[in-house]
Order: sequence, then C-alpha cells, then structure tokens
Amino acid sequence: MSTAEAHHDDHDHHGPAPGFKRWLYTTNHKDIGTMYLLFSLIMFFVGGAMALVIRAELWTPGLQIVDPMFFNSMTTMHAIVMIFGVVMPAFVGLANWMIPMMLGAPDMALPRLNNWSFWIMPFAFTVMLSTLFMDSGGPAGGWTMYPPLTLQMGDSFAFVVFAIHFLGISSVMGSINIVATIFNMRAPGMTMMKMPLFVWTWLITAYLLIATIPVFAGAVTMLLTDRYFGTSFFSAAGGGDPVMYQHIFWFFGHPEVYILILPAFGIISSIIPTFARKPLFGYDSMVYATASIAFLSFIVWAHHMFTTGMPLAAELFFMFSTMMISVPTGVKVFNWVATMWRGSMTFETPMLFAVGFVVMFTIGGLSGLMLAITPADIQYHDTYFVVAHFHYVLVPGAIFSLMAATYYWMPKWTGNMYDEKLGKIHFWVSTIFVNLLFFPMHFVGLAGMPRRIPDYSLQFADWNAIASIGAFGFGFAQLIFVWVIIKCYRGGEKATDQVWEGADGLEWTVASPAPYHTFETAPEIK
Amino acid sequence: MRRSLLRAVMAVVACSLVLPSLALAGYGDTIDMTTGVTEISRSVHSLHRTIFYICCIIGAGVFAVMFYSIFAHRKSRGAKPATFHESTTVEIIWTIVPFAILIGMAWPAAKVLIKMEDFSGSEMTVKITGYQWRWHYDYLDEDIQFYSQLDAAHNAARQRDSGVELEQFEHYLKEVDNALVLPVGKKIRFLHTAADVIHAWWVPALAVKKDAIPGFINENWAKIDEPGIYRGKCAELCGRDHGFMPVVVRALPQDEYDAWVADKKAEATTAKLDAQREWSHKELVATGEGVYQRNCVGCHQAEGQGIPGMFPAIAGSDVANGSLEKHLETVLHGVGDSPMQAYSTRLNDSELAAVITFQRNAFGNTTGDTIQPSDVRSYRNGQMQSLATDTGYFSNFNVTGAN
Ligand code: HEC
Ligand SMILES: [Cu+2]
Repeated sequence: MSTAEAHHDDHDHHGPAPGFKRWLYTTNHKDIGTMYLLFSLIMFFVGGAMALVIRAELWTPGLQIVDPMFFNSMTTMHAIVMIFGVVMPAFVGLANWMIPMMLGAPDMALPRLNNWSFWIMPFAFTVMLSTLFMDSGGPAGGWTMYPPLTLQMGDSFAFVVFAIHFLGISSVMGSINIVATIFNMRAPGMTMMKMPLFVWTWLITAYLLIATIPVFAGAVTMLLTDRYFGTSFFSAAGGGDPVMYQHIFWFFGHPEVYILILPAFGIISSIIPTFARKPLFGYDSMVYATASIAFLSFIVWAHHMFTTGMPLAAELFFMFSTMMISVPTGVKVFNWVATMWRGSMTFETPMLFAVGFVVMFTIGGLSGLMLAITPADIQYHDTYFVVAHFHYVLVPGAIFSLMAATYYWMPKWTGNMYDEKLGKIHFWVSTIFVNLLFFPMHFVGLAGMPRRIPDYSLQFADWNAIASIGAFGFGFAQLIFVWVIIKCYRGGEKATDQVWEGADGLEWTVASPAPYHTFETAPEIK
Repeated sequence: MRRSLLRAVMAVVACSLVLPSLALAGYGDTIDMTTGVTEISRSVHSLHRTIFYICCIIGAGVFAVMFYSIFAHRKSRGAKPATFHESTTVEIIWTIVPFAILIGMAWPAAKVLIKMEDFSGSEMTVKITGYQWRWHYDYLDEDIQFYSQLDAAHNAARQRDSGVELEQFEHYLKEVDNALVLPVGKKIRFLHTAADVIHAWWVPALAVKKDAIPGFINENWAKIDEPGIYRGKCAELCGRDHGFMPVVVRALPQDEYDAWVADKKAEATTAKLDAQREWSHKELVATGEGVYQRNCVGCHQAEGQGIPGMFPAIAGSDVANGSLEKHLETVLHGVGDSPMQAYSTRLNDSELAAVITFQRNAFGNTTGDTIQPSDVRSYRNGQMQSLATDTGYFSNFNVTGAN
C-alpha cells in the first residue's frame, strides 16, 4: 500500500498551492491539522505566560507585581486560553491529521467546513485577547463567569461573549466533521470495533461537544441579555436565580472536562501497546469504559456546586454518581498496566510521556475521588486542593498526552526522527518541574488557602515559592520542546514508514513523511 | 511464591501508609486539613483521612505493579512480549472490587452529610451577609449587628509595593476589625446571603463553607466545643478584593459571651445617643484622631503626609481644605477603583463626623470647620433621596446598613 501511495505526490494538481494561499484556502486534512497544532502551540506560550504572571505574583506574600484586578483577569484568561486555545485545538489538530489516516480515508468528510472551523479560531482569539487591552480590562470573574460578578464587568464583556460564540461554532463544526468522517469514510472492512481507540474516543468526544457547546452558548447569551437587554435570568432582584447559571454552566462544564481528557485516553491507548510490543489489553472494555464515562459526565455536574445549598437528596445523588466515574476510569488505568505487563518495553520519548501520563493522571484521578466525597469537598471546595487536582489531570494529563502524541507521530509528519536525547531531557525536566509546581498545591489547599487570590497568609509562603520555581522551570522547559520540533522539521535521521518497531495501524503503512494525499484508493482491511 | 507475593503486598501497603503518616505527623498544620473544633469538623477530618489512605493504597498498588513491570518486562532485559490481550474475568474483577470499595466509602460519607444538613434544634441564629468586600453579622436574637473587615494595618500592608514588613503580622490577611463572637456549646444556626455578588463564608475549623448568594438565604450550623479564635476566608471569587475579606470567629465560654453581649448593647445605646447630640469642636477632633489612627493612618500616614505616588497627603489636600460635600463623598463612598474605599457603612455617623472634622483641622489644615453627626446624617438622607429616584440594579436590595 505504501508504495502505491507515494507516486501521487508528483501530480501538480494534487499538491498544495504555493505560498500563503495554501494555508488560507486549504481543504487538506493534513494542512489543517498542522495549522491547528501550530496554533495551539503558540497559544500554549500565551497561556503559559499568563500562568507565569500569576506564579510571579504568588512567589512571595504581599502584592508586588500586578493589581488584584489584573491578577483576576490573568487567572480567568489563563484558563480560557489553555482550555479553548490549547488543549481543544490540539486534539482537533491530531484528529485532523490522524483520523483519516487511521481509517484509510482520503480526507475528512467535510473539507470546506474544516477550513472554516480552523480559521474562525485565530479570529475569535484575537477578539478574546484584545479585551485585555480595552479600558475595562479582560474578563476577571473566573473562566466559569458566574453572575452577578461577571455582570459587573465593563463593556469588554460583550467581546468575550462574542468570542465564545465563535469558538463554540468552530468546535461544533469540527465535531460534526469528525462524526461524519468516522461514520462515512471508513475503508472497507474497518468495522467500528476495529477502529483505533483514538478514533473511538474522538467519536465520543465529538458527541459530547455537539451536546454541550450549545448549552454553554445559551448560558453566555443569557448573561449577555441580562447585562444589556434588561432580562433577569440570573438576578434575584428580577425573579431570576444566580445559581441557575451554575447549573447550566456545569451541565456544559463537566462534560467539557472529559472533552479535554477522552482523546488523551485514545492517544495513550495507541502509544503503550506500540512500545510494549503487545496488543492493547481489553480493547472492548476500553470502548465501553469511554462510553460510560461520557454518559456519567452528564449526570455529575452539580458536584462543582456542593456549597451552593442544594437539597440533601441532590447532594447525595451527585456524590454517588461522581464516585461511580472512578470505576470506568479505573478500568482504563488497569488496562494500560495490563498492556505493559509481560510486554517487551522500550522507553523512547513518547512512551516516557505516556507512562508519566498514567502515573500523574492517576494521582489527579485519586484526588478527584476525594473531591467526590461531599462532606470533605465542602472543606476542599475553592481551595488550592482543587487547583492541584485539575492541574494534575490537565497538565501531566492532557498536555503530556499531547506531547506524547507529538513525539509519536512527528516522524510520520516530517519524515525525520526527532532528537531522542533532547526529547528525553524534555520529558525529565518537565516531569520534575511539573510536580514541584502542582504537588505543593495539595498541601496549601488542605491547609486552607483559597484559590483565585493574589496574596496569601505567611504560613503558605514556602510551598508557594516552591510552586513558583516549578512553574518557571516547567515553562522554560517547553522551549526544549519547540527546539526539538524545529530541529525535526529541518532534518534528521530519516524515518522508516513503520517508524516504531511495535507500531500497528494504517497510518504506519503510508510513506514517511505522509504524502499530501493518502488512501486515494481505499485499503482493504482484513 | 504465595508467601513472597503476600510480603510484597504488605510492603506496598505499609509504605503507602507510613510515609504519608510521617509527613502528616511532622507538618500537620501546614500540609493538611485541620481537625477543627466541632463534632462535624472532626467527622469530616476523619473521612478525609480515611479516603486519603484508601487512595494511597490504591495508588501504591497500581504503581507497584506498573513499576515492577517497567523494571522486569523491558526489551533490554530480554523480555519477550506475551500475546494475551483480554480476559473477561479480570475485567469483571477490577470493575466489581473498586465498586465495593466505593460503597464502603459512600456509606460513612452519606452519614456525615446527613448530619451536616440537620439544622434542627438550633439555639441562636446569626445572619451573615457578604458585601464587596466585608461581612455583616446580624445576631437575630440579640439586636446586635456590625460589619467585619480586614484589619486596617493589614489593609495598608497589602497594598501593592507598600514596603511594609509582613513578618510583623502573625496572621497576615486573617485579622479583622470586629470578629464574630460566638458562645461555645450551643448549636448556632447561620443564615448566609449577600448584597452584591456571590461570596462564600468559610471557617475551616468549623467545617462550615456555604455560598452567600444575593437574593437567597442558605442555612448552616455549628456547635463549637472549645473557646478560641478561628480564622477563615471568603472562598468564592467576588471581585477585586476577594483575597482580602477574612473571617475571624472568637468563641467564648457562655458567661464571657453574655458579658460581651451586654457590653455590645451598652455600646450601641451610647452610640445612638452620641449620634443625636451636639458635639464640641474639641471633642470631635480628639475622637477623630482616634478614628484616624485606627482606620486611615496605614495609608495617609501619621503626619497626614501620605506616600507620594500611592496615597495622597491629607496635609494641604484639596479635598480636606475644599468643599465639605466633596470630602464627605470621598470618605463615605470612596474613590472609584482606588484603594480609597467607602467608609459609609464601616464607621457610624459620629465617627465619620469626627474623622472629617479632624482631617480638616489637623496636619496644618485650618478650615475651622465643625461637622456634626447630624450633618453626616442629612448628607446621607440627601443621598438616599437621589438613590430612590434611580431605578438601578441594587435599589431593590436593602444594601445600606446605616446604623
Ligand atoms: C488603603 C489605603 C487607604 C486608607 C486606609 C484610607 N485612604 Fe483615603 N485615600 C487613599 C487613596 C489611594 C486616595 C486617593 C484616591 C484617588 O483620588 O484616586 C485617598 C484619598 C483620600 C482623600 C482625598 C485626598 C485628596 O486630596 O485627594 C481623603 C479626604 C481621604 N482619602 C480620607 C480618608 C479617611 C478619612 C480615611 C480613614 C477613615 C482614609 N482615607 C483611609 C487611600 C486610603
Ligand atoms: Cu467574597
């Protein structure tokens, strides 16, 4: 198959248009995937710079660097950028690149829509980030945007809502495209239960997006009308209820956190078998576990709201349903360990990041289980313990999975092997600093430090200083990552088609680098 | 084989429990949840420790197997890959076992939760209202109410680049002007609400954290076992000074509490009388100096010289030497987003009259003005009238707590 593909390359009308137009007009899934990935890499540094402002201010007690209001807009923007500008686009980028190649499809099902869903994003983020330079400042009420606080914002609020709507449109279009591709573009013989797990997890994620993004759009629209058109959805003075916003928001927000992690499960489920040289343990149970997590994610939202004064029955329900999520999540972790068991493992950079993911994601998962216990959550809620928890699942979780994916597929994208030694250094430096950064947050949280504060009591000083050192170390370590990518793009040892000894799947049957068009004639899957 | 497996499991369990226990024993109060001083807080704490240990054991077990595999099943040690890739039995076991553990955890958790939500049989009630950025306490059975906010010295120190040595404060950012005073041994009901945005009243030692939601009232309770001072914070992001609205609870034995109530009532009576009577200029200046020392000196400084570039001087100030209206407005309502906050609800009419008179006649300012509490009152009334014609968002709430 791989040789059959290669010669298509030299037909001009199949190749990319020259210059900037190639990127502006492209409908090619690989080009669009690349743009998504580069966009999210840039945003990673934007969001990271905001995190460093936060950690610089928190380095020692007292206010030294920023005004409290600017501090609040940094925490708010950091979250918005990292969630909507980094993790989500990066997963979409990987989906664009890999899903057609994994399914034996020539491209995504809806290529023009694909172009549009990408190009909306830089526009939406320009609007979003421009609020930081407006007189009334960027959004500073937290990324959750709870009213009435969020309604106290100046007129840049309208820009924020506008940008969120556009990001939402982009995500929904991207998801529809992914669903359409998976259902219609599979090569003959590629049954659903033969699809790689990355495809499965993305299919389920796409449904979560389609179901929840409109809910979020509705919530922010109600904020907008409360702010500008005299409605009172969320104002008690007009018969509304501020807590209703929280219910609507978290009905979106909780599935959203699985949107940020399910594709990561897919990536890890591809990488571990490759480097253990042994098939994934419990493929079927992995699919069912993903589906159950997705289902449960719709009935646990109020665990973010245990202090809002819900009735006892609701508190009990949401405690039990939340605890249940740890069952399918546990199954996943056990399956990964069982895949490693009695394999024949090597530890190239993708595998290092994957193993790091399993360990640190599990730590985040266990603290999540602690947070599910309502009486204890009442003490944990809105403290740094929560900050530690979700950063463990999102940074050494989702972000590590993205780095693992980049190292894993980069030889296929560029045709060159990356610098293995630098990759390993990147992993170890990141792992050490990420733990220095987030582990102490458990301690200060339990000891009583609330989140979203620009200054704190002296008893928290030592751990905060350590966390800040971790933050700067982790931040600067990412320059190594950029360097590895640039170096790999420029050249290096040529990659074979197979790339990894234990790799299995259609994407490894095409040439490295993958030609501009792949699988123009569908492969036959036995 | 069996014996060595058993030993390995024991070793993992021991490590996963002993190490965290040692850490907790050594650094308890800087790295872990407080045990607290109520029955509920102790139950919550033991629940927290139990699930923490369970998580440690699970984590250690999973990691032990994984790291053993990483060590033993690597290609460089000549490991040949096995080919097994599924086992329904194993999948069922590792679905059922965690499920059973969860039930074991859910049961005691539900019991504690039910106890927390049992508000019956309370012996007194305090209504707690969150404001940006202070708390208002209203003892519903006693006719006592007051505001509580970050202590003035802390407030000055926390300003950006204040240059104040923070080490001098034992409880930096956790000290208030008026603590909430409560008796021990009584079941106290708290009613939580807010006047502007959502806040959350949190005292870790009481295991009480509840959102204060404008327009709604939430309930909670505590029965404190030991006298002492318990500190907490606002836990829900509430805007610019969210980090600076601490909670301090002073729990007293019943007799001392009764004495405090009596004092507080006497104070209120005197204050009421004071606000009605005519004051002498000298008396206002003398009282005003005290008010200034307690509330304003951190920023405007002892000689009224301020700190150039941050806090304006009162000495020779345009406002303190200019129109009285403007001076009243500045002190009562604060100045926009600047550190100069509104004092209309923090100080009563007599205190406001005194401090303004003081500022207009001290530090070389020689206006000779005398401002009576009744002047402040009529300024407020004028304000109220213009508010009433304004159908703004907050006009539906009773936000002003003028005493
Ligand atoms: C946290 C610091 C801080 C505290 C405490 C404080 N002020 Fe101020 N004050 C300021 C700042 C800053 C300004 C300037 C506001 C502006 O115009 O932007 C100011 C302005 C003033 C002015 C106007 C001065 C001028 O010439 O512009 C007066 C009068 C004043 N304050 C009175 C008081 C009184 C009375 C108190 C105590 C009850 C007090 N302030 C407490 C920070 C403070
Ligand atoms: Cu608050």
